Amino acid sequence: MESMSVMAEDMGYDPRAGQTRDEKEGTTQEDRARDLGMMSEQLKNRSMEVFFEVGEDENLTYPWAADVDFNKRTELNCEGKTTTEVNKDINGLMEEGYGTIVLQNPRGMHSVGVGILNKLNLIVEGSIGYFGVGLIDGPNVRINGRVGWSCGENMMSGTVVIEKNAGSTFGAAMRGGDLVCKGSVGSRTGIDQKGGTIIVGGDTGAFSGFMMQRGRMVVCGNAGKNLGDSMYDGTIYVGGEVKDYGVDAIPAELTDLDKAWLTRKLTQYDLMPEKGVDHFTKIVAGKQLWNYDNLEPNEKKLIL
Amino acid sequence: MCGIAGLIHRGKSSGVGSEMTSMLTALKHRGPDSTGFAIYGEPNAGDYVMRFKVAEQEDMASGYDMGEKIAARIAEVEKRLGEHKAAIKSRDEVTPYAMRYVISHDGDTEAMARYIEDVEGTEILSLGNALELIKDLGDANVVADQYGLRDFKGTHGIGHTRMATESDVDIRSAHPYWAFPYNDVAVVHNGQITNYWLKRRQMEKKGHRFMSSCDSELLAVYTADNLANGATLEDSLKASIEEIDGVFTYLVATKDSLGMAKDTMAAKPLVLYESDDMIAMASEEVAIRAILPQEIDTYDPYDEEIRVWKA
Repeated sequence: MESMSVMAEDMGYDPRAGQTRDEKEGTTQEDRARDLGMMSEQLKNRSMEVFFEVGEDENLTYPWAADVDFNKRTELNCEGKTTTEVNKDINGLMEEGYGTIVLQNPRGMHSVGVGILNKLNLIVEGSIGYFGVGLIDGPNVRINGRVGWSCGENMMSGTVVIEKNAGSTFGAAMRGGDLVCKGSVGSRTGIDQKGGTIIVGGDTGAFSGFMMQRGRMVVCGNAGKNLGDSMYDGTIYVGGEVKDYGVDAIPAELTDLDKAWLTRKLTQYDLMPEKGVDHFTKIVAGKQLWNYDNLEPNEKKLIL
Repeated sequence: MCGIAGLIHRGKSSGVGSEMTSMLTALKHRGPDSTGFAIYGEPNAGDYVMRFKVAEQEDMASGYDMGEKIAARIAEVEKRLGEHKAAIKSRDEVTPYAMRYVISHDGDTEAMARYIEDVEGTEILSLGNALELIKDLGDANVVADQYGLRDFKGTHGIGHTRMATESDVDIRSAHPYWAFPYNDVAVVHNGQITNYWLKRRQMEKKGHRFMSSCDSELLAVYTADNLANGATLEDSLKASIEEIDGVFTYLVATKDSLGMAKDTMAAKPLVLYESDDMIAMASEEVAIRAILPQEIDTYDPYDEEIRVWKA
């Protein structure tokens, strides 16, 4: 019996007094839950949290976006810091209103600048490692060194310009914005690309544009094997040689509209070839793989 | 995942021991289970450095008489060296179970090595005029301190941080692998080899020995087999792209060269830096930056790419 009463006390009920702890202390279960950190916001009707007010003007910023001034510039030294510290410092500086942040001494650090959902000029003086500036929505990033694998993965908007080379899976699953590497990139560039523009000043490796779904990819140099393998949609432009095409990737006619767009984009990033853009090859999906499951077995054989 | 790194200085010796330690420390997050180094000093013709172990680290806690067993195994190794007319010039007990001997010998090193490895629990980690192969459990700093590597001067080296995926966490599964019986040849690998058993069967039928069930050891044995058949290092690397199945990037070091090969899927990373003085390579740029903090140009080699550099 003794142990049962101790257990009941632990649960906030004192059988001897006939009152719960809440009744005695004048608190509620909700108050205690909040004290324990179990509830961080007040639930209201069907919505947990309200981000937008009915009367507010339309704009394209996130509700928590910091109001930054591009003319307010500062430097952030990455030396001796962890990735988390650097990314938190970037957020802190944006909240202080800095609109231009220069990162010093990144020395190949991974995941730098991931998840910036704010307008910002981010200048990286040096090279960064894997997953650099992934998941961004809005910032303009210039990286004076090179980047490792998966730079700009899942980026949603903004521009990223890399002055040197990039690793593999450059712009994987990218959804919007411009991702530019002035040097050469590794393999599987733009794998699963869903939008936006990838521009490569040099060469790209094997399996580039694999399962591409939308968007444009421009490669001024050569492309490795299996280019555009299993692409659903989107367009790839290659200025040099294509080692070979993947399943269902086919060359298409380069129209005047394509040439005008290429000229505009490549001029914008100072990558316009001396001989113009007439020599570019355009690659699109043959769309034979669409509704693949509905094909007859002999048709599947033809495709593969 | 695993991390690999390599470094070669052109025409001069440098502090490769401390440089490789810095590079592998930067790659610790890719593999914390064990760390290994194959570093190359100035070749000393006629004298061989033989590094061998007589037990695993975990064996040290396995019985009250382990010390006696180890002493008996070392005595047996020394007896067998004597039978092969190898003179021991210096002995160094680096850890209770790992030894470094300098020996002079002018006979058949392969026969001698096979005879020594017949002693219970004994594996020759490396044998050569220039190669020092060190591997043990723990990160790069632990292993470098344990084996006194930081002051080592040499021309080149390769190293590995291991995340054990398909075999045990022990020294025999740690990289680098010595390409038995080829003096001074060592291999490190990042990836998975999917035709391991097929190739192992072929290699064992040819008489090659395997000391572990780690797929990376196959690359050392495969390289040794190619070299035995008169292939150059470049030939061997090129052939491996076709004959070894799976995803891999691996480095091979010999007395005076360092080579790399990347598989047809280009699924395992390698970042390269080349200058007139040195070439550095690693799974991640952060390892190269650990020894070259200034701004440099680096690039990723493509699928099916092989390279060989001379010291």
